[in-house]
Amino acid sequence: MFRNQYDSDVTVWSPQGRLHQVEYAMEAVNLGSATVGLKSKTHAVLIALKRASSELSAYQKKIINIDEHIGITISGLTADARILSRYMRNECLNYKYSLDTPMPLNRLIGYMGNKMQHCTQRYDRRPYGVGLLVAGYDELGAHIYQTCPSANYYDCKAMSIGSRSQSARTYLEKHLEELQSSSLEELIKHGLRALRDTLPPEVDLNTKNVAIGYVGKGQPFKILEEEETSPYLALIEGEERRGGGASAEGPADPLREDAGDDGPQDPVPAVAMDTTE
Amino acid sequence: MFDPMANAPPLWSNGPTPGSFYNFPGPQTKPNDHFTHSQSPVTTATSIVALAYDKGIMIAGDLLASYGSLARYRNCPRIMEVNDNILLGAGGDYADFQYVKSFIEQKIIDEECLDDGIKLKPKSLYCWLTRVMYQRRNKFDPLWNNLVIGGIQDGTPFLGTVDKLGTAYTDRAICTGYGAHIALPMIRDAIEKKAQPLTQAEARALIEKSLEVLFYRDARSYPKYQLGIIDQDEGVKIEGPLSVSQNWNIATIIKSV
Repeated sequence: MFRNQYDSDVTVWSPQGRLHQVEYAMEAVNLGSATVGLKSKTHAVLIALKRASSELSAYQKKIINIDEHIGITISGLTADARILSRYMRNECLNYKYSLDTPMPLNRLIGYMGNKMQHCTQRYDRRPYGVGLLVAGYDELGAHIYQTCPSANYYDCKAMSIGSRSQSARTYLEKHLEELQSSSLEELIKHGLRALRDTLPPEVDLNTKNVAIGYVGKGQPFKILEEEETSPYLALIEGEERRGGGASAEGPADPLREDAGDDGPQDPVPAVAMDTTE
Repeated sequence: MFDPMANAPPLWSNGPTPGSFYNFPGPQTKPNDHFTHSQSPVTTATSIVALAYDKGIMIAGDLLASYGSLARYRNCPRIMEVNDNILLGAGGDYADFQYVKSFIEQKIIDEECLDDGIKLKPKSLYCWLTRVMYQRRNKFDPLWNNLVIGGIQDGTPFLGTVDKLGTAYTDRAICTGYGAHIALPMIRDAIEKKAQPLTQAEARALIEKSLEVLFYRDARSYPKYQLGIIDQDEGVKIEGPLSVSQNWNIATIIKSV
């Protein structure tokens, strides 16, 4: 099978100025189940779709608390996410120990961006194969940040990552104006609807496969799982689902800045690591 | 024949011997107290007097730095404006204060560079200095200072102090050094007599009186001083050099026993 000439290492440039290994790592995020983050003036909410790897296993945890005021959802390699969450917890504790105040989100994300960037510039490292949505509330208000394996991070009004997440982003873009002044309950409803749009028609949200996390003014980060989510699921139950599920994955992923680039392209294999044949 | 194992004689009398260490003749000039020479103060400043009033805080300290009992330097300011919300006052070793001052200034510069709209708060600086002071005492190389941190945190006046051991506490009125014995009882008395918090004018009068009494009683004090104020309405300022009002009229009728 054809193999790309310029993807042997993270440090190898293609003649088009691309780093293929980093781009492959970005694809790992799309393998994880979808997760949604959104915020109002006073609250930030995370909604995650959980998957069970087999009939016999429990549903994989998707929302992790970092500090009193910060939580994350993950999509991609769970093991990498655990390393990153340990790092974030450490940074938050150190900050609180020395300054007696909760760590501001932008500083935490900045440190983490620096940490992740090292992996994209060294031949003896690999990028973290996980994308995060970080929700938090600090003295500057509520925040949703998205981080990528490429070590880019974005300050978002609302965002969704993971498989088939384009549908959720479409929903969020459509309702962006309402989010700013929404109550916590409305935010969660919007988040659940956005997440539901990513599901194929035969599947629906239930207490087993949904996790909800929220944080806000005077509200420490809280994770709802299993039965705790049912009151919120009941709020959107019976509503008509738009677009017949999420069969139409968006044509271009807006997060990929190279999308729509008409310059000469490297041949890209369909699978990042296909060693068959 | 040449025998490498044999002890060679010195190259000249009292000179170096090949293959062995050589101690230079004459007096040794290097310090021999590596462990202790940084553990006692040299150029010292005396008390800091600080108190919180209804809309802010005040910190005062005189301008003297002493060599033991010698009034060596008479223009050493030791009230520092950290940012427009924090004042720092220091007693104890003046060089250590200058060192503390320099790394706090660097911290403020680092914060400016981040430019993320988050500003150091008084409680944060107080906590951080507590960590620094305690870490240094655990290295048996303390910063020989009494630090007083004052400012306005979330609309309410804040005063805290850390000493060279890392012992820290907050209070409405804080005096360090000799002032803790002479001025603090007087200030507490005034605060407790009045049910409401002090006004700025009352606080200033109380501080002036404290510095006057300290000047009479503390042999390491000086009549020239600085007064730092952070006020909710007026912001931060450091006044001075100001003078203690002295009255020695009764001195002539005091007889030593």
